[in-house]
Amino acid sequence: MGLAEEFGRDRVFNTPLTEQGIVGFGIGMADMGHTAIAEIQFGDYIFPAFDQLVNEAAKYNYRSGGQFNAGKLTVRSPCMGVGHGALYHSQSVEQFFMAVPGLKVVIPRSPIQAKGLLLAAVRDPNPVIFLEPKILYRSSVEHVPVDDFTLPLSQAEVVQPGSDLTLISWGAPLYSCIEAVNMLRSPPASVAKHFPASTRNVNIEIIDLRTILPWDRETVTKSVAKTGRCVIVHEAPVTAGAGAEIAAHIQQNCFLNLEAPVQRIGGWDTPFPHVGELFYKPEAVRIADALVKSLTF
Amino acid sequence: MAASAPRLGQLLASTRSVASCSRTLAAPTCSASPSSLRLAATLLTRGISSTAAANKDGDQPQGSLPGHPTSVFLTSLNDSFFDRVKPKTLSGNANAQGGIPTYRLLDGVGKLLPGVTEEMVDIGEAEAVKMYRTMLLLPAIDVILYNAQRQGRISFMMTSYGEEGAVIGSAAGLDGADEVFAQYRESGVLLWRDFSLDHYMSQVFGAEDDLCGGRQMPVHFGSTKHHFHTISSPLSTQIPQAAGAGYALKRTKGREGNVVICYFGEGAASEGDFHAGMNLASTTKSPVIFFVRNNGYAISTPAAEQFRGDGIASRGPGYGMMTIRVDGNDALAVRSAVKAAKQKALEEQRPVLIEAMTYRVGHHSTSDDSSAYRSKQAVESWKQMDNPLHRMRNFLTDRGWWNDSLEEETKAAHRKSVIEAMGRAEKKKRPRLSAMFEDTYRGDLPENLKEQRAELAALVAKYGSLPGWAKELEKHAQGGKDMEQYLESQK
Repeated sequence: MGLAEEFGRDRVFNTPLTEQGIVGFGIGMADMGHTAIAEIQFGDYIFPAFDQLVNEAAKYNYRSGGQFNAGKLTVRSPCMGVGHGALYHSQSVEQFFMAVPGLKVVIPRSPIQAKGLLLAAVRDPNPVIFLEPKILYRSSVEHVPVDDFTLPLSQAEVVQPGSDLTLISWGAPLYSCIEAVNMLRSPPASVAKHFPASTRNVNIEIIDLRTILPWDRETVTKSVAKTGRCVIVHEAPVTAGAGAEIAAHIQQNCFLNLEAPVQRIGGWDTPFPHVGELFYKPEAVRIADALVKSLTF
Repeated sequence: MAASAPRLGQLLASTRSVASCSRTLAAPTCSASPSSLRLAATLLTRGISSTAAANKDGDQPQGSLPGHPTSVFLTSLNDSFFDRVKPKTLSGNANAQGGIPTYRLLDGVGKLLPGVTEEMVDIGEAEAVKMYRTMLLLPAIDVILYNAQRQGRISFMMTSYGEEGAVIGSAAGLDGADEVFAQYRESGVLLWRDFSLDHYMSQVFGAEDDLCGGRQMPVHFGSTKHHFHTISSPLSTQIPQAAGAGYALKRTKGREGNVVICYFGEGAASEGDFHAGMNLASTTKSPVIFFVRNNGYAISTPAAEQFRGDGIASRGPGYGMMTIRVDGNDALAVRSAVKAAKQKALEEQRPVLIEAMTYRVGHHSTSDDSSAYRSKQAVESWKQMDNPLHRMRNFLTDRGWWNDSLEEETKAAHRKSVIEAMGRAEKKKRPRLSAMFEDTYRGDLPENLKEQRAELAALVAKYGSLPGWAKELEKHAQGGKDMEQYLESQK
């Protein structure tokens, strides 16, 4: 809002309605050394640009021996559920890009995080896909410094330290994770019988992964080696979701420390439905249930 | 193939009749179909009855394009451009017989068409000779590398046969600092810009000093110094990128005199990225020249199965884009069309579409045998009747700028320098093995890549003596020893 008025129409402008064109155009600008911040209206519509992102932006530097690159390109796009977005205004798309060497994929959880990580993404010398959880656009409020600041990419953040279980997530579901931990501590009377006393006062370490690719293996493995238990939560379908990659890495690097199987909680392996979103997304109670399973294994 | 044989035969027959007509149009003894004869007669009548002024203006049609009888030749550059869909403009002008006309300066044997003045050709001896010399370098490289691939010395090759005029003509119409986005059959642009044969061969052989790090298949060139953006295999992806580059160029101080040129084939124009790029360049008013090499085939798919409209040029006005169709085998017409296009792109801050009509004489690539889908005879007759090299050679010879001994000397010198450069490249080492992990990201290597590099280092230390591995490691710079520094003590 107001950027075009402030910086001019040649810097902030409309494009024709073409996602493959928008990303291709952004690559061309970045290739010429200009900073290009492209927007895809919804993450669900990034797929027409998949070829430009995967075959072009990601490989530009490698294939040219570093002569040309698309590093000055940042693609911003809203992502994740919004309550009623159904199939094409709800998707989490990070896992598709997690398999693409050359790209960086970043998802913030709050206004401060969004500003700091976006500025880092724009300045990073590699093409970055910056996915913004749209349900937080108006619901998440905090004091954000007006000054210039950045937060590091490829660094997870321990949001809440703990010693009994590592809970990993990113974006909007992090709030469900916090809710789940609170539910575990004082469950509603109607379901309290499912939360054994032994699980109520545990210390759960909550990690915000923040960067999906290249992700912070060190923070994650260090945490799981300490706690011995891990639950990974994301909104995308479970099969081949980002959680699969993280879980595989944990079993390989924390095998001797694990006290329970790594659990993955995500959307079901269906398209994102219109009605029934409550039962589709990883809500607090589903996460709390997974925490209990892990803690009582 | 059996089912399509009669149709191919028909195509061939009609092609020939039009071809012979076009070649001999100057003489009124054209043995062609009745309609072609009528056309020729009309043209001749017009030619005779037209005034000297009309000839000077050069707007009289001069024969038609082989394989495309509705497209007549125009020699007037200004009349050849159009940017709106109106019955008359889409047909070029009243002379166009319903199809988009083709801009041309030389006839099939390299003579200036009636009405074409030296001023319209606008070229001096040095440049014309350099053009022809560079055009001759392409087949010299093609024949040697094509055979090298057949002998298994390189993995892959794509030749430029038949398109020498389109590629070199366009390169000559540009400034060396104009930005080039290419498909893959435009290495002539690099050669025109004096890209060294050593760099050329190093790319093809994946040698240690390849500017692109030996990572891509042969003929995927790139060079910052030559403003030639690295080629990639996915078709048309460069088209919207060129639009973005044009927009960036427009906003770069000191580059006001430069444009972007973006090459692609008529097959690639069927991709969605063509539509995206054309529309974006037009709406953002970016100085980009889109240069389509319409060579009749996309691998085995003939143009007739690629589109139903009047080629690619007919799409230009739909995007509000200034457009011209040019005879791609007339290197001088291509050069002047590109020059004019560049001037229009800069003056009017808008993209221009050029459709160069040519013919892919060679196979699509070394992985293709084109005789499986078109007759060798058709290719041969095309080479004979409409050859960009012959036309340029005759043009030069008529002016006394070229002769048989220069021809022989140049061909021998080209052959020698190509063979020598190939010999040098073949002896070069491949890049260090560890370079395989580098440049995936700019900046620090991410942890996963460090781990994987260490994993390969351990494997090389363990199994490097396997005959298969040892033989391959030997080909790399440092023989794979560079990996040792990445060995991690076992956990």
